Amino acid sequence: MSTQGTEHGNRKDDVRAVIGSAGGRRRRGGGERSMVPPAEFTSYYGRPVLKPSPWQADIPAYLFLGGLAAGSSLLGAGADVTGRQSLKRPARFAAVAAISASFAALVHDLGKPSRFINMLRVAKPTSPMSVGTWILSVYGPLAGLAGAAELVDTVRADRWLPGRLRTPARVLHASGRPAGIGAALVAPAVASYTAVLISDTATPTWHAGHREMPFLFAGSAAAASGGLGMIAASTTDAGPARRLAVGGVLLDLGAEQLMEKSMGLAAEPMHQGKPGLLMRAAKALNVVGGVGAIVGRRSRALSAASGAALVAGSACTRFGIFYAGQESAKDPKYTIVPQRERVDEQGPTRVEGLRTRGTGAGPAADARQRTTSTLSRRGTNSPIT
Amino acid sequence: MSNDLYGPVANVAEQAGWEAPPPRKGFFTDTSICIGCKACEVACKEWNQVPEDGLNWLGSSYDNTGALGASTWRHVAFIEQSKPLPGQEPGFEGAPTGPSATDALNRSVDEAQQGNLAMLGTDSGQVSLGMPATRLPGADSTSRTEFRWLMASDVCKHCTHAACLDVCPTGSLFRTEFGTVVVQEDICNGCGYCVPACPFGVIDRRIEEHGVKNAGIAQKCTLCYDRLQADMTPACAKACPTESIQFGDLDELRDRAQKRVEQLHANGVTNARLYLEDKTDGIGGAGAFFLLLDEPETYGFPPDPVVTTRDLPSMWRRAGLAAAALLAGAVASFLGGRA
Ligand code: SF4
Repeated sequence: MSTQGTEHGNRKDDVRAVIGSAGGRRRRGGGERSMVPPAEFTSYYGRPVLKPSPWQADIPAYLFLGGLAAGSSLLGAGADVTGRQSLKRPARFAAVAAISASFAALVHDLGKPSRFINMLRVAKPTSPMSVGTWILSVYGPLAGLAGAAELVDTVRADRWLPGRLRTPARVLHASGRPAGIGAALVAPAVASYTAVLISDTATPTWHAGHREMPFLFAGSAAAASGGLGMIAASTTDAGPARRLAVGGVLLDLGAEQLMEKSMGLAAEPMHQGKPGLLMRAAKALNVVGGVGAIVGRRSRALSAASGAALVAGSACTRFGIFYAGQESAKDPKYTIVPQRERVDEQGPTRVEGLRTRGTGAGPAADARQRTTSTLSRRGTNSPIT
Repeated sequence: MSNDLYGPVANVAEQAGWEAPPPRKGFFTDTSICIGCKACEVACKEWNQVPEDGLNWLGSSYDNTGALGASTWRHVAFIEQSKPLPGQEPGFEGAPTGPSATDALNRSVDEAQQGNLAMLGTDSGQVSLGMPATRLPGADSTSRTEFRWLMASDVCKHCTHAACLDVCPTGSLFRTEFGTVVVQEDICNGCGYCVPACPFGVIDRRIEEHGVKNAGIAQKCTLCYDRLQADMTPACAKACPTESIQFGDLDELRDRAQKRVEQLHANGVTNARLYLEDKTDGIGGAGAFFLLLDEPETYGFPPDPVVTTRDLPSMWRRAGLAAAALLAGAVASFLGGRA
């Protein structure tokens, strides 16, 4: 490097390589994590352009548990209607437990947990978190009611409760099925909205995956809940859980494959470091669990082991994607390189036509299409390790 | 509320529901006349009572704030480049190198080259911090090179399509009558969603160690909402000694910026360009835009930001499809066994 491009790679927070800018020429912004020749680009002393989300492990846990709860509610309602007692009970309990834990994780991650309630002062379709809060506030009570009904049944409360408490117990029991079905109808939204939650950000890896992320998350939710059903239910009752799990694995793996193709450079963080490890583990666990679900369907032990692999695989997927996104925001490469390439290829983004309130079509929509197709075209030949 | 998530907007305050709002206010930051005095950083901290968040030398020229954040609402960037000063002919390039400082400095450097680093009060021979070193700059070359110093005061862009505002689940972030974007600190619950949503890395959640005031909630430039309501100029613009930071009605600022860029081009500063002034760009244009002398990424700006909400309608559609697929899959897994 010339005197000008001196490296200042010594900041306490390991911001790598650096370069003010030199002569309009882009310089390498690589670092020890790169496995492909780093794209040349200019940045401000190698500092991130974006801020990574301030979220901790609570949030990927929340994504995972939400999916687990959603799939469990679907299984619970189905098992209820088709009379699979040994699947219904654990599924209903799992749904309540998982949604409660995910709610706790969400609140815990707030900067001001005491103000959680402020989420309910508006309903904003432009805010996936607001939409999600409302989805959860419909789903949560329904799943809770189904779980309570299950509890009443499990402990046979109507037999030993004192007389005046028997009526509420019976009411609870009776509301189990409608509440369970209600929860199951909302559940798919619980599982897929979280994909929009993380994709509706400037975080390169999360946003670049926005087309396939909902399918990936739905698949992951199905695999996790199916896996849990396989652990808990008898092999005769576990059939639907197994089928849901296998379908989920296929959807998860397929969506992930497509996603990586369309993401371009932003896919890279999913192959490096901790997120890379998690994503590889997720894939292995999914494959093992999926195959085990089929071949081990007559063995209780094999089913349970496969189920556990699927639950773990789903958790790895969520944590892997979460941390890959965090990494993509911390490295200016993932922000600058794709944007610079876009500008160099087709000029800066310009949307023609003054839009007025409520018009979604017209030239603006055309421009939107234009940028999107270019993005995916570039994605296919970007280096992916 | 409007569903307009992308594209140019005629009147952003009206779109947000204000009736007969005042003209949209903004900043035009002309970096070509920034002298890096950081008066804006100081004035902002003082007026807005923003807590101290580290008094650091970062090893990047004279920058000691690094980036915008919860407790840095104006950030002055410093970039040292081997490029000619625009529109001037300093006559340095190609001139022979040799002693050019005072005798005293030369003696110190001579001493230092013998190994007595104490003479320079520094011992940074190992890493280059962009600080005084023990070797003369350009000692390896036989002729002098060009040099220029870029300085730019960064701030929240007050985007026309502000992702931070659109994703905020509490309505804490809102559009003011002046078209600016402001956090209501008594409503924010610190969910942190605005942080990864901003395409410029502006807004952040304040952490406890930077002062307990508003710890845990999202913070950023308010374009001095309180001063605007009293018909006053924001603190940074008021303090700027060169009028590098200009405050005013956005339309007028855009005209002024256009003239300035033409003037610079006429004077031979051909690399002068406007950044984020265009209503048709990926964020619908900014309330705070810039005149730059190099590519945006040189200053730490994204070269072609596009607001994430452009894709939101398509994301919701796909999430709906995925949900339907999950429901269908679940039904099928129960029917499958019967068949
Ligand atoms: S620059 Fe970032 S914080 Fe400022 S208005 Fe735009 S999105 Fe919000």
